[in-house]
Amino acid sequence: MIKEYSSISNVAGPLLLVDGVSGAKYEELVEIYTGTGDKKRGRVLEVDRDKALVQIFEGSTGIDVQNCRVRFLGKTLNIGVSTDMLGRVFDGLGRPKDGGPAIIPEALLDVNGAPINPTARDYPNEFIQTGISSIDGINTLVRGQKLPIFSGSGLPHNRVAAQIVRQAKVLGTQEEFGVVFGAMGITFEEANFFIQDFTKSGALERVVLFLNLADDPAIERISTPRVAFTVAEYLAFTKGLHILVVLSDMTNYAEALREISAARKEIPGRRGYPGYLYTDLASVYERSGRIKDKKGSITLIPILSMPEDDKTHPIPDLTGYITEGQVILSRALYRKKVSPPVDVQQSLSRLKDKGIGKGKTREDHADLFNQLIACYARGKEAAELAVILGEAALSDLDKIYLKFSQEYEERYISQGEYEDRTIEQTLDLGWELLRMVPRNEMKRVRDAYLVRYYDKKSK
Amino acid sequence: MRKGEITKVSGPLVVAKGMRGSKMYDVVRVSDERLVGEIVGLDGDLASIQVYEDTSGIGPGEPIFMTDEPLFVELGPGLIESIFDGIQRPLDIIKEKAGDYITRGIEISALERDKKWHFKPTVKSSAEVGPGDILGEVQETELVVHKILVPPRVQGKIKSIREGDFLVTDVICTLEYEKEKVELTMMQRWPVRIPRPYRERLAPSLTLSTGQRVIDTFFPIAKGGTACCPGPFGSGKTVIQHQLAKWADAEIIVYIGCGERGNEMTDVLLEFPELKDPRSGEPLMKRTVLIANTSNMPVAAREASVYTGITIAEYFRDMGYSVAVMADSTSRWAEAMREISGRLEEMPGEEGYPAYLAARVSSFYERAGRVKTLGKPAREGALSVVGAVSPPGGDLSDPVVQATLRVVKVFWSLEDKLAYQRHFPAISWLNSYSLYIDDVADDLNKKTAKGFTDLSREAMKLLEEEAELQEIVRLIGVDALSPEDRLILEGARSIREDFLHQNAFHEIDTYASLKKQHKMLAICMFNYNKAKEALKRGVAFDDIVKMDIRDKIARMKYLEESGMEKIDGIREELTAEFDRMIRGDNIERQGDEETKRRGDRETKRQGAKETERQGEER
Repeated sequence: MIKEYSSISNVAGPLLLVDGVSGAKYEELVEIYTGTGDKKRGRVLEVDRDKALVQIFEGSTGIDVQNCRVRFLGKTLNIGVSTDMLGRVFDGLGRPKDGGPAIIPEALLDVNGAPINPTARDYPNEFIQTGISSIDGINTLVRGQKLPIFSGSGLPHNRVAAQIVRQAKVLGTQEEFGVVFGAMGITFEEANFFIQDFTKSGALERVVLFLNLADDPAIERISTPRVAFTVAEYLAFTKGLHILVVLSDMTNYAEALREISAARKEIPGRRGYPGYLYTDLASVYERSGRIKDKKGSITLIPILSMPEDDKTHPIPDLTGYITEGQVILSRALYRKKVSPPVDVQQSLSRLKDKGIGKGKTREDHADLFNQLIACYARGKEAAELAVILGEAALSDLDKIYLKFSQEYEERYISQGEYEDRTIEQTLDLGWELLRMVPRNEMKRVRDAYLVRYYDKKSK
Repeated sequence: MRKGEITKVSGPLVVAKGMRGSKMYDVVRVSDERLVGEIVGLDGDLASIQVYEDTSGIGPGEPIFMTDEPLFVELGPGLIESIFDGIQRPLDIIKEKAGDYITRGIEISALERDKKWHFKPTVKSSAEVGPGDILGEVQETELVVHKILVPPRVQGKIKSIREGDFLVTDVICTLEYEKEKVELTMMQRWPVRIPRPYRERLAPSLTLSTGQRVIDTFFPIAKGGTACCPGPFGSGKTVIQHQLAKWADAEIIVYIGCGERGNEMTDVLLEFPELKDPRSGEPLMKRTVLIANTSNMPVAAREASVYTGITIAEYFRDMGYSVAVMADSTSRWAEAMREISGRLEEMPGEEGYPAYLAARVSSFYERAGRVKTLGKPAREGALSVVGAVSPPGGDLSDPVVQATLRVVKVFWSLEDKLAYQRHFPAISWLNSYSLYIDDVADDLNKKTAKGFTDLSREAMKLLEEEAELQEIVRLIGVDALSPEDRLILEGARSIREDFLHQNAFHEIDTYASLKKQHKMLAICMFNYNKAKEALKRGVAFDDIVKMDIRDKIARMKYLEESGMEKIDGIREELTAEFDRMIRGDNIERQGDEETKRRGDRETKRQGAKETERQGEER
């Protein structure tokens, strides 16, 4: 039974308190009709006896305590999903925004989803070739992984994400990725960049876009990733597609969450973010993965801009604890015109070990990347030393390492936005660079691979 | 059944009225969906309840059903190889019943009710038995003999006891106590928040070997000890926890995945049945109990999961086993406490954490220990706890880290600096400590060789000296150092790279027995001491660092346990090589160098082929 009330007693920020309610449920969806006839949507955050605290998605502009009516819909926030959503543009709550017809739902799903049973999960181990050496070679992405891009203002995270979407493929299969793109508080220009890029590569009909732009209601953003994941889950686990979910920018999402928390006068955790930020982010991120006996998968690439490039800021920090690694973009490399400016030392893919090796990439991959990273780290140390003491003070070996690290940045990490390297090319390039360093320094590589790859003269 | 009525719902916290007569930490069922909840606060007629499942769609007016008992776990055959959620519901059965997603209000008993176990009594009828006495045995898996114990607080004279195949709920034994008949089944229940009783606590003196070189050699943990590994994300906490769960020489492993990634639990579930225990050759899963409450599962159940895990571990300890609990991560547990505390509107302590954080943390770790158990026959059990801590930004001033460090005896400090250099395990040898080092020294030396602990102390000294010298190098360059000091750098580098660095994903390097660890470290130190001697006797520093044999030292970690004698071969070669250099054969050597090197490469290649072949055979 749908009930309607006009007993709003209090409005504070995006929240309103309705009195004299009976039968309201936690997380219930409500509709608010303002005196001027506008309709807004919201959800119940808390019910205490006959009082319901409602969060308004569109913000509280135009709400008054006299003429507004609040209708409790008796259900939680649902979204109708359908394969026809591919190629369409929606707003942050899943309503069509491209002027096209309404979606005829094939199923009606709760946007909050349910946690995947850990025993039902299948371990992500299929290598995704992104064509970017610094990712394929060092921070390998696998199907069903969640690998965020940690970036900062002014860094080309959108270009990196677009390049991944453009080039991603699983070797030996013809299956293409469907993409679910959730934009939270990004500017029109940024959103437009993605749309243009998808159009150019012909990918647009495989993309579902949810746009909550910078001037859209901030509170709506809290639902955007959930709506996006609900559609992604449907496409992946019911329809068997391989879905790449790109969420940009999670920092805006977390700020919206903070706004709600502050309006509720909750005890803040670090930097004013609510204490449950970790749990909340996990309830979004953990919806990706693979499920046993299901054909599809969800791979997640959230983008977040680190305030002041600070990795210990709560948002990147808590994200890093949930996701399976991170790709960090480096301002120093960006200044050196390295593109994509991936900081390979701080970046990490936790699932790479299961996605590389014989039959997936190549047998020597694991040893090779360990050696590359070790050599690069040594080269960076030498570079630091050279700054203080001058290059002349370095030992001969350190000079070699220094040279190696420079070449490594220029040729391996840097490759440009439109170069699509195969994994073979990436690996061979790695060996080519390693040959600059004496053979007895190759401590992380098995003898057999040294014989087979290091000793092999380049053609 | 008594009933209350919901008046308020705020996330995982529900307030209900009409609750007079309930006790703190009683379990209740919330609404007609019968969600599991626990009373965490009482105020007159009102009770605050933390709910272990998602509360969407629940509202005031709905009923609360009281059970009048606290949160229990079921203990008995069937625990091993299981995977439970935070309140001991078997996740594999949930999957069968509810599909790929965890839905609400599922009621499943923890132990399988329709599986029969063969029970063999070890006591005779008419014997007098008391709490903790072993009644009989069940071969639960190839690795675990499940001892059936008389529950605490129960005693009497056995009227009947029988052998046969029984369900966990079947009566296997009846006692008579003061004319009252007591029926015992293979299953017993125990409230998770109360430690199980034992007879006497003992000081730890045995080392829990883990196969991880940096841990066993430098920062050992004792059986019955506590350890923590705090570190920022990406520093390898989970890999260390997994390595310990795989290779620690405990008889039972309880792995608690508390608020961490779903895929990590899947990894354990898929990997453990494949991995073989190095001692018995049986799959590691056959000694493991898993508790999985991943980050997206309800937050209150996360709070309970560490208690569920440790209670199960205590039960196996009481059988006389050495049990190791891995809790990954205790920070998520603390955060769950913080979230509930915030919803209860309690006055917060540091960083929003409740004021009782430190008390809860220390009482959790204090449930570890080596004990004389209750009951006959007399036996000793040990419960070791290793907790991962995930401080924000890797900042060790975090309240959870600080509360943990005050109680645990071993601190493995994981550093991202080491992780960036791909030095794994990224345990800092300068900041970590183990307070068991003296307690377990005798045991360590007994298991390896006399003087092992002296050797490790010597090696640690070298590492410390290196750290000091590095400061100087950073300021004025390595050339400014004397050859002796440069040799220290070389010696320390060898320990770091050839000994401490250990690849968890390499099929051989992932585990090193104590004996192998001793041999490896001895070679590193032998090499250093020999070099020092040679330097003193006039051999040039550059010649020493150019020695080809260094390559063999670097590769000894990849030698199989069965091929350990090869390490002794290196020692002989080293001696010969250094003697030649000291004698001044280097002039003659130079002419031969080219031919010799060629020969070396040939043997190296042979060796390579051999290892490759072995690899393929594996």
